[in-house]
Amino acid sequence: MVTAKEMPQREYVLKGNASCAGCQDMVALRHALKALEGDVIQVVPACCTSVVQSLWPKECLDVPVLNTAFMAAAATASGVKAALKVKGRDSTQVMVWAGDGGTFDIGIQALSGAFERRTDILYVCYNNQVYSNTGTQRSGATPLYAQTSTTWHGKTEPEKLFDLIVAAHEPVYQATANAAYPRDLYDKFRKARDIRGPKFIHIFVPCPQAWNYPVEKGVEIGKLAVETGYWILWERVGDKFELSPTSKRYQDPAKRKPIEEFLEMQGRFSRLFKPTRDEKRLAEFRVFVQHRWDVTLKTLA
Amino acid sequence: MHLDGTQGIQEGGTGLKTELMSANYAAAHATVSARVEVVAAYPITPATTVPEEVALLSEEGIYKGEFIRVESEHSAMFACIGASSTGARAFTATSSQGLLLMHEALHWASAARLPIVLANVNRSVSPSWNIHVTHDDSYSQRDTGWIQFYISSVDEYYHTIIQAFKLAEDERVLMPVMVNADGFVLSHTVSPFDYLEPEEVDRFLPPYKPPHWVMDPDNPVAHGNIVFPEYYQEFRYAMHEGSLNAYKVYAEVERDYKRLFGKYFGGPIDCYKCEDADVLFVSLGTIGAEAKDAIDQLRDEGYKVGNARLRMFRPFPVVRARELAKKAKAFACFDRGLSYGFGGPAAGDLRSSLYATKYRPMIKSYIGGFGGRDVTITDIKEVILDTYKSLESGNLGPEETWHDLME
Repeated sequence: MVTAKEMPQREYVLKGNASCAGCQDMVALRHALKALEGDVIQVVPACCTSVVQSLWPKECLDVPVLNTAFMAAAATASGVKAALKVKGRDSTQVMVWAGDGGTFDIGIQALSGAFERRTDILYVCYNNQVYSNTGTQRSGATPLYAQTSTTWHGKTEPEKLFDLIVAAHEPVYQATANAAYPRDLYDKFRKARDIRGPKFIHIFVPCPQAWNYPVEKGVEIGKLAVETGYWILWERVGDKFELSPTSKRYQDPAKRKPIEEFLEMQGRFSRLFKPTRDEKRLAEFRVFVQHRWDVTLKTLA
Repeated sequence: MHLDGTQGIQEGGTGLKTELMSANYAAAHATVSARVEVVAAYPITPATTVPEEVALLSEEGIYKGEFIRVESEHSAMFACIGASSTGARAFTATSSQGLLLMHEALHWASAARLPIVLANVNRSVSPSWNIHVTHDDSYSQRDTGWIQFYISSVDEYYHTIIQAFKLAEDERVLMPVMVNADGFVLSHTVSPFDYLEPEEVDRFLPPYKPPHWVMDPDNPVAHGNIVFPEYYQEFRYAMHEGSLNAYKVYAEVERDYKRLFGKYFGGPIDCYKCEDADVLFVSLGTIGAEAKDAIDQLRDEGYKVGNARLRMFRPFPVVRARELAKKAKAFACFDRGLSYGFGGPAAGDLRSSLYATKYRPMIKSYIGGFGGRDVTITDIKEVILDTYKSLESGNLGPEETWHDLME
């Protein structure tokens, strides 16, 4: 794994942008862009990033950024890629940087189409499990029992297992990442950069606004997601699946931290603990965590 | 119509080559002539044969650009937006529901000031399913900022598409252009037209160079981020300005085109026997071609009538409309589509173009030809004579008449 020292010094996410305190999206993007070293055109649909990149005429990203409509990220990227091809600049990476709403929900069709056409783009979903930008409404990525501004008493369904949908498109490269593990994330972007074809990286990005935790706890929560086995870090090159070293040990449920440690830190799950501890729902949550492991390994490994 | 290839050559051009094709095939071949770099399209009747022919031209290496076989019209226009933002000349074709699905993207393209060209094959919108011509699809996109042309022959379709790139890419305009052709009447009707090899078109249309911004890692810029109330309105004003400029820039485009290739389709309003006419018949699309025969017959019968075929619908040719209103005593304006709850869109625009002037011709609005219902020479004569009667009696009668409406 890359050391922090080995990462390029140059910053592509500049200071003074409009992100919230403790925004993990910017942490993830910072390391992603370092890995791509500027030879990238970034396509951003409606999402937090379309706002926090700053207000015209200022811009915090030192790469070309094409903002586009909510459901159109992968289609827009297809057009950018086609133009680069015609212009003989095919080596430039076209990267979609989209939220979970723009990926799991409204953007799924364009993503599916672009991948089926084997378009050489890197599609990144930074997943904060909610429509954060519009004030925290539930999305297809919102987990079971999470409170949002459209599920006040907690969501009654677990999130879509989106990685399986993407995997069914047989991308040349697919990985999960987590903003709390920037070195692992960097390595994955590095690897994706050098492979041609449809690529997908799915990043777990805690959001202090929507999840209701103290702004300084983003990395802690990100790590707990992995340590409790809730979020699995893996990559798949072609059909070769590999658990990332960090997640490997948590394949064994006995080695995982109790899921409560992850849930209890977040206000959005407060109803699982207050006024009384809801054992039934906690048990259901545990079942889902194991279910994701089972399905992921059975399907992708 | 300039359907005769030799006529073009005599008037000045070399290189015109007579081909026999449907409007859709001609549109597909226009992408070769205009050296389009990216086509993204999705099948929909009756536009389908445009992407079919582009696919074949692409697979045979005749069309040299990229062809993206997208999964929806929404994606088609956004792929064009991505391509155009990266400096490529982009084109798509669609109809009806497909154009409606693009609605969000149409606004996006014009506000991003991207010179994309769209060949729209006019078709009724649903329900009920009807694949034949009504102008409701493009009329309902009137306020998206797109420049709109309506044409009346295969030849005019092909050449207007080529002209559209020149117009759209002009720095004074930088607005996307939609060229509308009546579904089936033109899209599937084979007719001779004058083809131009790309080497010929090069003399008219230089490669597209985005004048202000482009996606380029060597010079990173961001496009489309947040603009607050302090500036937003000014961006919109600039769009309006660009759109209005299209009126005079198109005159230059047509002048150059005529000089180089000898082709001219009549400006924003194609006039036939309008000079001394008391009554002008106004329409969009193929009805305007049919109308010339109606005018000839009525002239033979002693009526002073003319044909004012509206080619440019946005920007609306206000100046030209006023020139015509200076002389004409009445307009019979035929709309093959509707602004529901108000009336014929072209009739409404014509009326409001004249309100601030002292010209007060009688303007009668006729609605008809929906769902591909035939509008024949007899129908057109009936409409013109109805207006003629009103003019003679001095009595306007109904402002709006649904032509050929079942009781």
